[in-house]
Amino acid sequence: MRRLLLVCVAVCIAGVSLAQDLHVPTSAVAGNEATIATTGSGNATFYLLGPGVSRKNDLNLGADIHIPPQDLRNAGHYLAVLCSGTCRSASFYVNADRPASLAFLVHPSRVAVSLGDAVSGVALPFDHYHNLVLAPVGINFQIAAGTTSLFSRPTRTQDGVAWFRTTSGKSAGIVQVIAALDDLSAKRVVQQVASDPCNLHINGQRTAAGILVQTEPVHDCAGNPVTDGTIVTFTATGANGKSTVDAPIKQGIARAQIKTPGAALISAASGVVMGNELRIGTQP
Amino acid sequence: MRRALPIILVVVTAGLMVLALAGASHAGGTVGVASGSAVYGLTEKSDTPEHAIDHLLAEVKRRNWDNAFSAVSKTSGVNEPGFIQDWLGSNGSLRSFSGLEGFESRPLHATNDDAQIRVRLHWTTPVGPIEESRDFKLIRDGEAWKTVWPRVEMPNVPAQVIPVTFLRWDLVSGGAGDEWGSKNIDAPHVRIISMNAVDLAEGVVVMGEVVNEDAIPAFVNVNATLVDGSGNALDDESSFDKIDHVLLPKQVTPYRIDFPHFDLKDVKNVRMDVKAALVPASADPVVGIMNQKIDSDAQGKSVLRGDLLNQSGQTVNIPHVIASFCDNTGKVVWVADGYVDQALLPQSSEPFSLEIPRNIAAKTQNFHVVVNHYNLGKD
Repeated sequence: MRRLLLVCVAVCIAGVSLAQDLHVPTSAVAGNEATIATTGSGNATFYLLGPGVSRKNDLNLGADIHIPPQDLRNAGHYLAVLCSGTCRSASFYVNADRPASLAFLVHPSRVAVSLGDAVSGVALPFDHYHNLVLAPVGINFQIAAGTTSLFSRPTRTQDGVAWFRTTSGKSAGIVQVIAALDDLSAKRVVQQVASDPCNLHINGQRTAAGILVQTEPVHDCAGNPVTDGTIVTFTATGANGKSTVDAPIKQGIARAQIKTPGAALISAASGVVMGNELRIGTQP
Repeated sequence: MRRALPIILVVVTAGLMVLALAGASHAGGTVGVASGSAVYGLTEKSDTPEHAIDHLLAEVKRRNWDNAFSAVSKTSGVNEPGFIQDWLGSNGSLRSFSGLEGFESRPLHATNDDAQIRVRLHWTTPVGPIEESRDFKLIRDGEAWKTVWPRVEMPNVPAQVIPVTFLRWDLVSGGAGDEWGSKNIDAPHVRIISMNAVDLAEGVVVMGEVVNEDAIPAFVNVNATLVDGSGNALDDESSFDKIDHVLLPKQVTPYRIDFPHFDLKDVKNVRMDVKAALVPASADPVVGIMNQKIDSDAQGKSVLRGDLLNQSGQTVNIPHVIASFCDNTGKVVWVADGYVDQALLPQSSEPFSLEIPRNIAAKTQNFHVVVNHYNLGKD
C-alpha cells in the first residue's frame, strides 16, 4: 500500500511537470510570424511581453502558438509566459528585418573649399518597421559633383552605424553626398563655398561725386569666385578724417563711392584679408 | 435764487478756467518744463530772449504750430511748412515718431538787439529718450524778442533711375513630412573677435566685436553672464540694440552689454554666448560713413563726427550708428551708439555725432563705425 501511494505521488508530480512547456524560436525576425511550440494537455493561458506589445490569450496545451507579424514589429527581447496552474516562461530575441531605408545625416550643409576633415556623414540602416539593423551591412559613401564622382568609400556598419569623414573639395558649388546600400540610397546636398578672398586688389578713380573705388573680381586662393554678398570694407584716410564703406560683392566685384575732396589713401579688407593700398590725388 | 445759482456756477467756472490758463502761461519759470497757452491773448510776453525761446518751445511741445511760428522772426528764411517739418520730421524718420518732452535753455550771450541761447532738447522716441543740443539766435523785434530760424535745407534728390543689382537671401524651410536629415541647414558661423569688460560708475560694461565668418547672412545676438567667485551667475544681459544684428558675410559689428549697478570687483568671470540664426536679408542699402573724426562739440565734449552717405536708391528711415574705439594695443575700450533723427534719402547724406567719454577719447587710436538701418515696410 505504501509503495502504491509513492507511485501515485510520483505520477502526479510527473504529470504536473509534463503538463506544460514552451519552446521559443531561436531566431525571430521583426514583422514575420513566429511559432512557439507547447507541450502538455489541458487549458493554459499564454502571455507575450515585448517592446510595444503585450497580449494574453487562452489556448490548449500541445498546440503551436502562432504569433502574428503585427505583434513582432519591434526588434528586441520578448518574454513568453505559459500558465496552467503553474507558469513557465522563456525569452527570445527578435532581430530587425533586412534594411528597407537609410537614415543619413551629413554635416555641415555648407563648407568652405579645401578644409581638411570638414565633411562627415553617418548612415543608419533601418528595416521596414524602423528597427535599426544591427547586423553588419555594406554601405558605400560617395560624393559627386554633377555626374563626376569625387569620392567613394565602401564601409560596413558596426552596431548599426557606418560613417565617413573627408576633406571638402576644391571647387565651390553644390555636391551630392550619397549613401548606398544595395538598391537603397539616400542623397544629401552640401554646398561648398569659396574660402577667404585671395589677392584682394582694388582700383579707383576720382569722379564728380567723389572717388569711385572697386575691387577686381574677388576670388579665393583656389580661383573660386567669392560668394556675392561678402562684405569688402573700403577705408579712405585723408585730411577730412577716415571714411569707410562696407560694400557687398555683387557679381564678383565690390564697389563703393567715397566722398572726399582731398587726397586720400584707400585700402580694402574682407574679413582678415587685406588688399592693396591706393593713393588718389586731390580733386582738380 | 433759482436763477442766481446757475449764474454763480457759470461765473465761478469761467473764473477757474481763466485762472488755470493764466497759471499755466506763467509756469514757464521752471526752465525746461514746457509752458504756454493754448488761447490767444493769454500768451506770455516775449520780453526777454529766455522768455521768447521758452514760449516758442512750449508751443512746439504743444504742437501749436501757428503760435510757435509767430515767435519766429520774419527775417528767417523759413516758411511755416518748413518750420513744422523741421520739428516733425519726414520720410518715416525717427523724428516723425518722436515728441518734445522738455527743454533747458541757457543764454550764451546777449546784447540789446540780439542774443544766442543754447537749448538742450529732451525727446521721447521709440528707441528711448534722446537729447539734442541746439543753439538759437534771437533778435529784438520792437518790444518783443523773436527767434531767427535758419532755412531748413532738405536734401533735394533729383528724379533718377538707380540700377540695383539686387542681392537678397531668402529662407526655405523644410516641412514636417521631410525625410529626417534631408533639409538641415547649419546656423551661420559667427565669432566674437574681441571682448573687454570695464568698470564704470554706472556699472559694468562688456563690449567687443563680432564677425560673421560664414557665406550667408546671420542674425546675431551676444549675451553675457557675470559670474561671481563661487560660480554663481550674478546677472545676464544681451546686447539688445547696441549691435548690428544682421551681419552679411565677413561683416564685423561692435557690441555692448550694460550691467547697471554691478561692480567689476564682484565679478570673477564673464561668460559670453553668441547666438546666430539664419535670416532672410538684403545686401542693400549700402551706407558709407564719410569724414569720421574725433572732435569736440560746442560744449567741449569729445564726439565722433561724420556723415552718413546713402549710396543706394532706397530711403533709410532710421539710421543707427554704432562705433567701437580701440586703444594702441587694438583692444576695444569703448562702444558708443546713436540714432540719427533724420531719414537718409537716396544718394544723400546726413551728419551724425556720437559722444564719447573724455578719457576714452584720449586713448583711442582707432575706431570702427557701422550703420544699422531700420526701414519701414521692409524686412
